[in-house]
Amino acid sequence: MNCDEFVELVTAYLDGALDPATERRFIDHLAQCEGCENYLDQFRTTIQALGELPAESLSGETRDRLLAAFRDFPRP
Amino acid sequence: MDSRTVLSPLPPDDVLTVRLAAGDEEAFRLVLDRWSPGMLRLARDFVSTRASAEEVVQETWMAVFRGIARFEGRSSLKTWVYRILVRTAKARGVKEQRTIPMSGSLPEAESDAGPTVDPSRFRGPDDPYPGHWRPGQAPAPWNAPEDRALVSEVRRVIGDALAALPARYRVVLSLRDIEGYGSDEVCELLGITAGNQRVLLHRARAQVRRRLEEYFGAAEGAADDEL
Ligand SMILES: [Zn+2]
Repeated sequence: MNCDEFVELVTAYLDGALDPATERRFIDHLAQCEGCENYLDQFRTTIQALGELPAESLSGETRDRLLAAFRDFPRP
Repeated sequence: MDSRTVLSPLPPDDVLTVRLAAGDEEAFRLVLDRWSPGMLRLARDFVSTRASAEEVVQETWMAVFRGIARFEGRSSLKTWVYRILVRTAKARGVKEQRTIPMSGSLPEAESDAGPTVDPSRFRGPDDPYPGHWRPGQAPAPWNAPEDRALVSEVRRVIGDALAALPARYRVVLSLRDIEGYGSDEVCELLGITAGNQRVLLHRARAQVRRRLEEYFGAAEGAADDEL
């Protein structure tokens, strides 16, 4: 496997979606190529950083309006 | 109002459903505060303004407590809520003439097919190692920022990168990497195939990675070029 192929398979690899033969070639390349090992790490870091983004929340007014609407909703 | 103060585990879906149907305000407050931030981000991918996204989330919650009695538990409750949100947001996006072609019309489908890393970083066909990183072009390790100022700087870079993504990339990336959904759920929510989902996700991640690489590369000076 070459580096230019490796970089396109990273998401499939992380999803466990590579067929066994391709996964073996992927791992073999990883073991021999520091640049691609760094590339994979950078992908992991990117994914992790995305998962840690602070959440935006609803405005207080919308939240209060929804709580009131829920309270007043006619139920059988 | 900060809605992220309570982070106790939610009750299981069947309990939540019964409590919501019965008008239990505490149960509603729990899911409202827990799920609205993600819903807001997701809605933002389909509509043109933040205010519009907020209205979509509001409309979705109204539909949820109106329809909760009809929820049959065939998906998770959150997935059911997200589906209503996507439907609501898409309808409004159409009104605002902002639709996301998930599978892409032809030019977009073509743009989903090229390499995600600049081909000039790899050795050419005449090189003894074709397709391998050129000297000085191999990715270098990033130093994870430790202090808070740098963390927020990295978040700003990511925020800019997200804003620059085509909407169909951003929506998949948001669901998978920000909201933490699995690929099956994302395919179901957006009505796309597993293969298409993976292409969009990979391209989105690659673009965000590239922005971060520019940021870290600039922060570390020319260390990269000496390899
Ligand atoms: Zn390589």
